[in-house]
Amino acid sequence: MKLIGWAIVLAAAGLTPAAAQAPQGDAPVAASAAAPPTPAQPALAQVTVPTPGIGVPDGRKGIQEQVTEIGREAQSFHDNWLLVLCAVISIFVLGLLGYTMVRYRRGAHPEPTRNSHNTTLEIIWTLVPVLILVAIAIPSIRLLRHQYSPPPADLTVKAIGNQWYWSYEYPDHGVTFDSYMLKEGNDPTRQPNQRARTDADGPPLLATDERLVIPVGKVVKFIVTSNDVIHAFWVPAFWNKIDANPGQLNEIWAKVDRPGVYFGQCTELCGARHAYMPIAVEVVSAERFAAWVASKGGTMPGARPPATPDSTGASPVSEAAVPTAAQPQPNAGPAAADPAAVRQPAINQAATAQN
Amino acid sequence: MSTIPADALPLKAHEPHDAHHDADHKPGFFTRWFMSTNHKDIGTLYLIFAIVAGIIGGAISGIMRAELAEPGIQILSQGWPLGPGTANFDEWTHHWNVLITAHGLIMVFFMVMPAMIGGFGNWCVPLMIGAPDMAFPRMNNISFWLLVPAFLLLLGSNFVPGGSGNGAGTGWTVYAPLSTSGSSGPAVDMAIFALHLAGASSILGAINFITTIFNMRAPGMTLHKMPLFVWSILVTAFLLLLALPVLAGAITMLLTDRNFQTTFFDASGGGNPVLYQHLFWFFGHPEVYIMILPGFGMVSQVVATFSRKPVFGYLGMAYAMVAIGVVGFVVWAHHMFTVGMDVNTKMYFTAATMIIAVPTGVKIFSWIATMWGGSITFETPMLWAIGFIFLFTVGGVTGVVLANAGVDNYMHDTYYVVAHFHYVLSLGAVFAIFAGFYYWFPKMTGKMYNELLGKLHFFIMFIGVNMIFFPQHFLGLDAMPRRIPDYTPAFAYWNQISTIGYMVTIAGMAVFFVNLFWSMAAGKKAPDNPWGEGATTLEWTLPSPPPFHQFSTLPKID
Repeated sequence: MKLIGWAIVLAAAGLTPAAAQAPQGDAPVAASAAAPPTPAQPALAQVTVPTPGIGVPDGRKGIQEQVTEIGREAQSFHDNWLLVLCAVISIFVLGLLGYTMVRYRRGAHPEPTRNSHNTTLEIIWTLVPVLILVAIAIPSIRLLRHQYSPPPADLTVKAIGNQWYWSYEYPDHGVTFDSYMLKEGNDPTRQPNQRARTDADGPPLLATDERLVIPVGKVVKFIVTSNDVIHAFWVPAFWNKIDANPGQLNEIWAKVDRPGVYFGQCTELCGARHAYMPIAVEVVSAERFAAWVASKGGTMPGARPPATPDSTGASPVSEAAVPTAAQPQPNAGPAAADPAAVRQPAINQAATAQN
Repeated sequence: MSTIPADALPLKAHEPHDAHHDADHKPGFFTRWFMSTNHKDIGTLYLIFAIVAGIIGGAISGIMRAELAEPGIQILSQGWPLGPGTANFDEWTHHWNVLITAHGLIMVFFMVMPAMIGGFGNWCVPLMIGAPDMAFPRMNNISFWLLVPAFLLLLGSNFVPGGSGNGAGTGWTVYAPLSTSGSSGPAVDMAIFALHLAGASSILGAINFITTIFNMRAPGMTLHKMPLFVWSILVTAFLLLLALPVLAGAITMLLTDRNFQTTFFDASGGGNPVLYQHLFWFFGHPEVYIMILPGFGMVSQVVATFSRKPVFGYLGMAYAMVAIGVVGFVVWAHHMFTVGMDVNTKMYFTAATMIIAVPTGVKIFSWIATMWGGSITFETPMLWAIGFIFLFTVGGVTGVVLANAGVDNYMHDTYYVVAHFHYVLSLGAVFAIFAGFYYWFPKMTGKMYNELLGKLHFFIMFIGVNMIFFPQHFLGLDAMPRRIPDYTPAFAYWNQISTIGYMVTIAGMAVFFVNLFWSMAAGKKAPDNPWGEGATTLEWTLPSPPPFHQFSTLPKID
């Protein structure tokens, strides 16, 4: 089970084509999907169809496939080290218990010994766990350090929890929208003006009417907060999870290296419809991202507003996005007044990001 | 005492005249059970209370497992056991939150704690240290009787408005602002008052245990000769005494935020919702050790008895519990790794949390070493104790996984956490309670339980609880969040297995109740010491059941 999971990780990373031959249905899909996104999809309205087994729960017995470097590091730490230790320790204790139960049952050992001290033994079973814990702590602390060392951000997205939907803001692009769960066609609580879920949108309870769209291979900074009670923002395939606290701005980041659709859910009890405020993230190429921004009425930072987004938006994005990075100094350009206004909170975040 | 020559003190603690004369004179029914000052009767009341609460809390988890058996809302929409059905979808899902809240609070405050501390603690601490009763018998009584209105308040809160529907739907953690601005109506206030009363009850009980253990040990019973169960209750009592006032403060601030326009936890008034979480978990983490430490003590007694050996590494065992108690106070924020903490804080709480694995490991290995070289028989209490050792280990290693802040931000608030804490509580603490219950049942009732039914209960329940909770690790790793009544179809398979496991567990519990009533009515008469030479603590020197008042002549321990 773990081997297969590992094979999938390798396959997604495009490291070992051989591993992609592993007897797992979706492994080859993962390998091919790691290549440039499903090509020739010019129309920006085109919905990316989720890949089974990637970015969605599929009833497996392990961690969801990770599509960020941090996620893969953490998953490998869990699967190849923590899980192994868990199994070894549990089986060791079980074996020891079983052996003792058989060897020293009354029938086999009628006269109990009176041993109740063995200093050497007690020192050993204190020190060996300490050593094991140190061997856990070192990669664990390293992982934390990596999680808290974000590269300069290419893009900032603000995710705001509400009872019971998510609002997303792209302060650098002037895009703002709400994202609600798509209800089933036969759901009696679905209003006539609400679109019913289709399989192209994603699985039940996870599909949303509007997806959060981010570009592939770019460092995306998520600023997470809430308008009412505490929610939590989590896309399992990106590993990280962060609470959305009212009155507080939390920050996580992700650099997703595979285009696709990834689903998550609110993971902090937030009232009656806690189970019904999913998160759907669509990771697309820079060109499609620019096109999407334009379709939402926003502008790419550094792009001239009146130009047609389809042609000009595409190529400058990749260069423009990099210098935009963490600090907001560039693009004093004539970007519309309204994105500039929304950009203000992002500056504060770059400062608080140190913590 | 000093007037009695030492050689006049009997080595055997019960003298025949003790049992016959005024020592066994019992007051009338009402005085005996409602105005009790007798530690054994109060212990019995606590145990009955815990069984009743356990039935209610367990039935609630049955409703939850039935709802989770398949995707969609099937049970909550059928109407709600404590009220009429409704067509309002939000009310259905609110009722889910009420169920999880009630299940958590009932099992923690009204089942595990009363059984372990109030029940076995009251029954056995005075017997084990050779004391005639608790230090403050009347305070002992009020400790119990505070618990009853607390429980009634909590149950009553289910019938009054609490936001989207009746009842407090905040989770047992009662996080602000869901519990303040997020829940209108009196339900949450009633739940908070229930916690206040239950907390006061526990604090009074803790004071009583500390005083009793420090002042009422029989001559020669030094701290380092006390049975490990008494040690466990002593450490637990200190944890209660130090942790519960913090909870009381936190929930009092919730009350004023709710009712008197303070803003302790409201950012719009300068407060901070995360502050509540820090206060809650400063109590909450010691609380989880409060629920497991007496279990450690009971398992130590049971393992030593049925291995016919003194417990291995006694001092290490006692001070491991002290160490767990102390370190347990400085790891609370590992419950909050996703609130947005800075990296150094996370590193500290990761490291501090993992340290607890060391004394816990000492205990696990010492239990096995106690069995090693013994002459082990496998009566029902021993089966539960061995089951405890293994399952607590499994829950312990997943705890080490969760201790890693960098890994926890995947697992946090998923079913992986649910599986972890049910392995240490539902399969740890509850197994220890059953070990203690079968172990002391002959002493408490004077009747032997049915060994065959006891073993059947163990094996059915062992299979059942593992079926419920092991698949929940898979669900959590596959990213199923906690506290949801409905889920995407990918989670259906393991949820179904889990629900089947619940039915198996219920079958095991049915065997338990049959055994309980059959043994009380028709069980064989229990001898003073049914367990043989391994049972060396003082309670086994007394008749079964012990006289109404014991140790009017103090035993002497050499």
